Amino acid sequence: MPYFYNTSAEREAMLKAIGASSIEDLFTSIPAELRLNRPLNLPPALGELELTQHLSALAAKNAPAGDKVCFLGGGSYDHFVPAVIDALAGRGEFYTSYTPYQAEVAQGNLQVMFEYQTLICQLTGMDVSNASLYDGGTAAVEGVLLAMSVTSRPKRVVVLDSVHPEYRQILETYLNCLGTEVITVPTPTGVADLNDVAVAMNDETACLLVQHPNFFGGLEEVAALADIVHKAGGLLVQIFDPISLGILQRPGDMHADVAVAEGQSLGTPLLYGGPYLGIMACKEQFVRRMPGRIAGQTVDRRGRRCWALTLQTREQHIRRDKATSNICTNQGLFALRAAIYLAQMGPHGMQEVAELCLKKAHYAKEQLTKGERFTSAFSGPTFKEFVVRDRQGRVSELLAEACDEGFLAGIPLGKWYPQLDDCFLVAVTEKRTKQEIDALATVLEAVASSPSVPAAV
Amino acid sequence: MASPSGLLYASTHEWAQVVETDGKKVATIGITAFAIEQLTDLVFMELPKVGAKVTAGKEFGEVESVKAVSPLYSPVTGEVLAVNTALPGKLETLGNDPYGEGWMLKVAITDDAPLSQLMSADKYEAQCAAEG
Repeated sequence: MPYFYNTSAEREAMLKAIGASSIEDLFTSIPAELRLNRPLNLPPALGELELTQHLSALAAKNAPAGDKVCFLGGGSYDHFVPAVIDALAGRGEFYTSYTPYQAEVAQGNLQVMFEYQTLICQLTGMDVSNASLYDGGTAAVEGVLLAMSVTSRPKRVVVLDSVHPEYRQILETYLNCLGTEVITVPTPTGVADLNDVAVAMNDETACLLVQHPNFFGGLEEVAALADIVHKAGGLLVQIFDPISLGILQRPGDMHADVAVAEGQSLGTPLLYGGPYLGIMACKEQFVRRMPGRIAGQTVDRRGRRCWALTLQTREQHIRRDKATSNICTNQGLFALRAAIYLAQMGPHGMQEVAELCLKKAHYAKEQLTKGERFTSAFSGPTFKEFVVRDRQGRVSELLAEACDEGFLAGIPLGKWYPQLDDCFLVAVTEKRTKQEIDALATVLEAVASSPSVPAAV
Repeated sequence: MASPSGLLYASTHEWAQVVETDGKKVATIGITAFAIEQLTDLVFMELPKVGAKVTAGKEFGEVESVKAVSPLYSPVTGEVLAVNTALPGKLETLGNDPYGEGWMLKVAITDDAPLSQLMSADKYEAQCAAEG
């Protein structure tokens, strides 16, 4: 990126043009007592060589997932990113472009949005997709807000305890000041009990928020849950895992009204946990309540194919405080990566990657839980994640020791679920090999059989 | 299009025709020809359901043109008795016959006080001329 500097002669010319005698003149309106009157307390400037060394030393303190064998999940996953994605998305036309305020001048960007939306609709079985949102958690909240608006039921939403705990925290944050009651249905068996959900419904319930596969990797009965909430006059908002749709039924096929997701799995590497890509799609009848941008395909006056933003009348730059959403940041670059990923994989590729995740995760579950110390916390079917219980309840030490051995073995669940204090969540993507899975099992067993207090050296 | 003289008008460009039978007041409400002209090409409309409560000065629905979404404010306070459900599917009716076929709601008035805030046709025409 070019760096523009100005010379003292240029500064003089600019000061002269505005009638100021010095830079200091520009700050005279700031009262003396509010001014610092001394240089900032900063170390001396570094030369380029020293700066490079300093930054390298700082960077070396990070433990990138790529340097260890990664079994971390919970929303961000170590899936394979084909080289074609960086090659195309890294092009200057896409990589450095910022939202143009006259969107139609950037036809290439609009075409990307349109193709992304088309692919998301095909993937989810929904009618319309927006051009992306900030991340998975805020997309889930926007789904709930849409339901509250569509149903005119602002007072009450029902959420399963098996929904990502951080997504639920974001929801609480949004709804706190709106006075909306958030009812959380417990999921002690790892998935929702249909009767418990039915009991939680009433005629003020805007929606049921479901994650499938859920935070624990378990499979919810989405179609039955949709039926329950529809009978109560509410909507079903489903958080899905885009990769899972290679083998699982699509949200639209299970009668979800709104489908939302974290899209990082689609061609974006792990980057500090996000924000990555918020995916949101819904039934056509709710399109006017959909937040964010939607690109549409049309023809220009010469009859040539072109693209335009559509349904903008409800966006914040026009409708201000009455907009459908005021936090609907568009993740254009990640949406582009997702579009390239989906186009590259195709339906067969998506099926293959989903099957690999499923099979490897099941092999890992078998291997990790065959000994005495570890067991599956839940008995139901799972997709690419599962919860392991440590019968000795020493999860944090276990994970720290596995990390020392080169394995990011999982996420401890105690901080969100006190009853699962002795459990951790393991994710297995198509990238994990049999050797890595076997090695993890060996490492965990070895750690398990070592004495709980390290012997003094 | 001239504003019919038998109707009452809100400064926010809605009209109300109040009819009293057996001591009960029912208002038919819609939006004025002036408002429709200002809104330009209409593409979408949302109206409340029968049984909904509306309050004078508060939003009861919205109308969307190609350029903007505009709220519809109720000129009266009461409960919705009937909704012109055919209207959102035939928005051209609004332009053709805003004070007849273009009606939106019939409302059973539960509070007479807000009626005194409404204007006569002459006064409303003067407001429109000023907004011009």
